[in-house]
Amino acid sequence: MTSLDKRPSPTKPEGGSVDGPLLVVEDLTVRFPTEDGEVTAVRELSYQLEVGKTLGIVGESGSGKSVSSMAVLGLHDPRSTRISGSIRLRGEEIVGMQEAQMRKLRGNDVAMIFQDALAALHPFYRVGQQLEEAYLVHHPKATKRDARRKAVEMLDRVGIPRPDRRVDDYPHQFSGGMRQRAMIAMGLINDPSLLIADEPTTALDVTVQAQILDLLQDLQREFNSAVIIITHDLGVIAEMADDVLVMYAGRAVEYGPGKEVLVHPEMPYTWGLLSSVPRRHLGHERADDPDPRQPAEPAGAAERVPVPPAVHAPVEGAGRSVHDRAARAHSPVSAGRPPEALPHREPRRDLRGRGAPRDRPRAC
Amino acid sequence: MFAYIVKRLISGVVVLFLVSMAIFVLFWYGPSEPARVVCDSQTSNRCTPERFEVYKENLGYNNPVYEEYGKFLDGLFTGREVQFGNQQLECNAPCLGYSYFTVRPVFEEMKERMPATISVAVGGAALYLLLGIPIGIAAARRRGTLGDKALVSGFLVVSSIPYYLFALLVWLFLTITWEIPLFAETGYFPITDNPAKWFSGLLLAWIALGIFGCTSYTRYTRGSMVEVLGEDYIRTAKAKGLTANRVVYKHGLRSALVPVITIFGIDFGTLLAGTIFTERIFDIEGIGLWALQAVNQKDLPIVSATALFGAAVLIISNLVVDVVYSVLDPRVRLS
Repeated sequence: MTSLDKRPSPTKPEGGSVDGPLLVVEDLTVRFPTEDGEVTAVRELSYQLEVGKTLGIVGESGSGKSVSSMAVLGLHDPRSTRISGSIRLRGEEIVGMQEAQMRKLRGNDVAMIFQDALAALHPFYRVGQQLEEAYLVHHPKATKRDARRKAVEMLDRVGIPRPDRRVDDYPHQFSGGMRQRAMIAMGLINDPSLLIADEPTTALDVTVQAQILDLLQDLQREFNSAVIIITHDLGVIAEMADDVLVMYAGRAVEYGPGKEVLVHPEMPYTWGLLSSVPRRHLGHERADDPDPRQPAEPAGAAERVPVPPAVHAPVEGAGRSVHDRAARAHSPVSAGRPPEALPHREPRRDLRGRGAPRDRPRAC
Repeated sequence: MFAYIVKRLISGVVVLFLVSMAIFVLFWYGPSEPARVVCDSQTSNRCTPERFEVYKENLGYNNPVYEEYGKFLDGLFTGREVQFGNQQLECNAPCLGYSYFTVRPVFEEMKERMPATISVAVGGAALYLLLGIPIGIAAARRRGTLGDKALVSGFLVVSSIPYYLFALLVWLFLTITWEIPLFAETGYFPITDNPAKWFSGLLLAWIALGIFGCTSYTRYTRGSMVEVLGEDYIRTAKAKGLTANRVVYKHGLRSALVPVITIFGIDFGTLLAGTIFTERIFDIEGIGLWALQAVNQKDLPIVSATALFGAAVLIISNLVVDVVYSVLDPRVRLS
């Protein structure tokens, strides 16, 4: 049991699912042994996801968002990765699963969409070939023609014009948005129950972002898949996610229903994250729910809580980095904010206790 | 594509033209006196000044250089008559002149030596790839393991040995010390006469070339493959549920081969242009040895012929590499 479980249970099955959550991650820890020591990319991460729901994972670069999701697909090289904890998909344990069995899950039960679709699609093969391959690998009895029909159908479904022609294009002949659509088509071609979208819109311009997100939502409804969306864009989270998991230096620092986390963030990092969103947008989003910590200000005069610098040394022994950063994050907060701004729920143990820098009083 | 190839061939011809001109002029103004050498050999070292004058006149060294070069070009396309001593010799269409020493048409001699060189080059180059690429892939897939490190450093040692020493050691151990019967008789025997003998005669040369060369190809392939296996599209391929072999061979190899092929084009061209050490050590009468002898003897027609041949082979192999490139990578447009 993790400390997270002491918190009010964030995701309660809201009816519908009979067999419990689709995905349960418990105490997931991912370590990479390096010559300089062991790097802990993900520490004791726990979350769960219901069928048809969306979990948003936010966090800065290197906070372990992608690493933890790749563990769900078993994509880490077992020789250079130590994974402990538990990942259960419909009750079936994925950590330590045989490679042959794991392969049957990948692309079939769990599919993944990557950030940079140009890099993630093979430049030497036609888009259609890549989609067909994804289909054929899990439908060994299907003919090439079936696979092609399916590929065209999926391209059509994700809104690519003249799919019967574009299916024979190479990825570099597609525009950025179309490539991401093609990636989504490839991810959904086997009707997976879980789709992991790793920053699916980061590389796209804003108008295309909105289209892709709409498409994802439509398809999610249609295919009834659960979605994990990884991003550092809180706008995406606000629009898409039922639950939000905020990661910081490999840990879940905040986890709960989307609205609750966005409106009543309890961690300094989340405040920083939220306050880095341009005020006008945020104010608009929350017009009906005024935030006690954000007193009325002229729009645009954004006062920001500094997000602690992104440098951190997750190598064991190298660092009090996490505590250090947490402490620094606390100081402007405790100095400049009313007392009720401090976490109203029990803060995570590891962020208190073990010590802020000596030259300043403990923050909490 | 077709237009591109034609364009490249035309520019290749221009390069060949410049190469032939450079060789011709270099020999003409260089410190060597081909007429003196020919005179010495033809008169058994009794080359009097009068005789020297005769040879000089006959070989055309009294004429201006552009006139002689013009004759050379003319002979290349239409054939010509060659004055040699007091004989008048007919030289047919691709006339590269007559050897100053054997007094035979250079083109004929080249045709005789070509099969040996091609046999050596094709066998050696095939081993470069057949050994180098699979070993490189295997090392890339196990990168960082003890086996990978041992292989990489072992191959580095082999490729640090000078090739002539390596080939000589191969020959010494396999033929002389261990007296392996298969390698007893090295040399070139026409494949049309006796395929078995052709094979066993060349086998040692192939092994020496192949093992030495494959060390580099292992390194190139390994490096390229390690890089490709870190690409996003490889992760995508894994995420589709493909088997590790399919990921490596279908998605990885095609990309990893691109840089390897560039180097291979140059290496294969170099092999075809003649392998001097290999031919010397394993008694193979190929283009490489022929060129070496010709340089020593100041046999200008042969030197210019081998230089032209080498240049032509490199131009063509580079063109082939570029075409293969465009086949492998659809983003490459030939223009």
